[in-house]
Amino acid sequence: MPDFSEIFSLQSILNYNGGCVVAMRGKNCVAIACDLRFGVQAQTISTDFERVFEVGPHLYIGLPGLATDTQTVFQRLQFRIKMYEMREGRRVKPRTLMAMVQNLLYERRFGPYFVEPVIAGLHPTTKEPYICALDLIGCECEPEDFVVSGTCSESLYGMCETTWREDMEPDDLFECISQSLVNAFDRDALSGWGAVVHVIEQDKVTTRYLKCRQD
Amino acid sequence: MATEVMEVGDYMRDPRKHHFSPYMDNGGTTVAIAGDDFVMVASDLRLSRGFNIFSREQSKIFGLTPKTMLASTGCWADVLTLNKVLQARLTMYSHEHHDVMSTTAVAQLLSTMLYWRRFFPYYVSNILVGLDEEGKGVVYHYDPVGHMEKLTYSAAGASVSQIQPLLDNQIDALNMKNVTPPKMTKELAHQLIHDAFISAAERDINTGDGVIIHTITKEGTSEEKIKLRRD
Amino acid sequence: MDSLEDIHTGFQFSNFARNETLVAKGFPMPKSRKTGTTIAGVVFKDGVVLGADTRATEGDIIADKNCSKIHYLQPNMYCCGAGTAADLVMTTQLMASQLELHRLNTGRQVPVVAANRMLKQMLFRYQGYIGAALVLGGVDKHGSHIYSIHPHGSTDRLPYTTMGSGSLAAMSVFEVHWKPDLELEEAKQLVRDAIAGGIFNDLGSGSNVDLCIITKDGATMLRPYDVANVKGQRQGKYIYKTGTTDILSTSVRPIQIVSETVRKVGEEEMETA
Repeated sequence: MPDFSEIFSLQSILNYNGGCVVAMRGKNCVAIACDLRFGVQAQTISTDFERVFEVGPHLYIGLPGLATDTQTVFQRLQFRIKMYEMREGRRVKPRTLMAMVQNLLYERRFGPYFVEPVIAGLHPTTKEPYICALDLIGCECEPEDFVVSGTCSESLYGMCETTWREDMEPDDLFECISQSLVNAFDRDALSGWGAVVHVIEQDKVTTRYLKCRQD
Repeated sequence: MATEVMEVGDYMRDPRKHHFSPYMDNGGTTVAIAGDDFVMVASDLRLSRGFNIFSREQSKIFGLTPKTMLASTGCWADVLTLNKVLQARLTMYSHEHHDVMSTTAVAQLLSTMLYWRRFFPYYVSNILVGLDEEGKGVVYHYDPVGHMEKLTYSAAGASVSQIQPLLDNQIDALNMKNVTPPKMTKELAHQLIHDAFISAAERDINTGDGVIIHTITKEGTSEEKIKLRRD
Repeated sequence: MDSLEDIHTGFQFSNFARNETLVAKGFPMPKSRKTGTTIAGVVFKDGVVLGADTRATEGDIIADKNCSKIHYLQPNMYCCGAGTAADLVMTTQLMASQLELHRLNTGRQVPVVAANRMLKQMLFRYQGYIGAALVLGGVDKHGSHIYSIHPHGSTDRLPYTTMGSGSLAAMSVFEVHWKPDLELEEAKQLVRDAIAGGIFNDLGSGSNVDLCIITKDGATMLRPYDVANVKGQRQGKYIYKTGTTDILSTSVRPIQIVSETVRKVGEEEMETA
């Protein structure tokens, strides 16, 4: 008999609870979006599990992966951010947050948290858009266009690669990120069941909940 | 002559396991889109294994009859064998019936042939395309053990997850308010196939080098090659 | 634990037991991002040239099309990395700071042998679990040096070397064309050709060629030196009209600045407590 164990082997623990996050850069704005499913493998438990968190006035972090680690990492990160802000007397900047997350994750290089974070924000003074993705042990990736993470990252790469273009205005950016996310997770059994999109601009943050398939 | 004396311990070992791994993944991506009077099928031209490129000129599309084509990716040895056997069955059919097999009949034959090897399958993702009895374009998608689905468009192979959601969105107009699905024309099909492969080559290491696009209409078939990035 | 009193340094292993349990239950450890790379370095007449491709992969997917694999260590020393991406970033950052402290303590330029020794001792201590394969290059008062450093801590000093998944493709170019005392332009072209060999023939390597030239007068990063692959041009436009996506609810939160104080400082002060 051939060895089928590889084909039928259990999947990665990163996919245990499902979920995905995507962030995109626009013209003087950034957007970050996530799905709302929380499941245990094939079983859906709840459909209002947000995995994108606000950590500053222009700064958001998405933590797709194992849900227990999503919450633990967010709490530990919040502690470090608050300590930083008290010590330094200023808000944390996007790239500083990246370094903070990087240190938090790499510290556990040999016993990692199962999250692959995505950061989106605007620099507090220059208002320069910033997006970044990290792997589970804190290797950063800071591209010009978009970053994706989670169970349907391959589908998201396909959608974003085709639909993203330079210098999108906030409304265009919203349509682009929403269509990319929704169509990508519709081909993934472990993500979906609603989506939330944050568009971050210099003077405001617009949060929209999307109407999606509920299967 | 010295003979080794087996000790009791030698008989106490676990039985030796023999690993047999007959499959390999040779990459490759295929896309097919059907219209009212045509069908378009495309594949990339890269054949690979692991981090090595075997060929930059290998089409994964096989002509079966004047009106039917098969696009296969997966384990290349299985692709070739499956095609050889399928071609033989088609030849036997044409000798017996003095006629070429219809697209729908080839589709059913392929499903049966795949299921015949249910417990040692061909490791192949197939898309069968052609014109049906009325001259309409049809696309059949298969899993490796012969489950068949009739569709109007499909992607298969290495970059299926990148391409399929894009086709859902652009052809079926899914998740879009106030947008009706466009009528499929050769121009639109060509554009979508072209752009889908450009995007796949950007993000998937197994897809690249080039694309070959075949178009089947009632007038006959035509082919076109497009270059992709080669890294 | 993160607490005020208990300040720790080094790796934390508190999740290790849990993760091992998960492995035993059949959830294998997720793969971290790798740079299935081509990196190379040569010695030429007046110094060294380092080269790298710019692709980072996660399995079969390209995670970053233009990542930087030539890392700063000292003004006279740079280091190319292949292997686990996070290990490379953190190891080179750590080394850069330790070498800088060494420079300040000794009050002179750090020789390349010292960087090589520190890197190999660190990697040997971690028994190969830090998956970093490096090509270290630099110029000091002893001359020009290229070292290749393997994840387990073994090192070689060589006139030309390659590493990563595309190392064989790149080395085949060096073996044919390398000769002692190359001119700068010849050396740049040679390293470009070697990296291009990896980019086109190894699926783990791709996109552009980055170079770093180090001479006794300092280092120059050329990023990108050669755009070996251009992004494909799409035929269609995929612009969604405003209102295409169905929205359940919208909330707009203005960002109000309650008070603003501007404190003039030269450089931003560093936390030293």
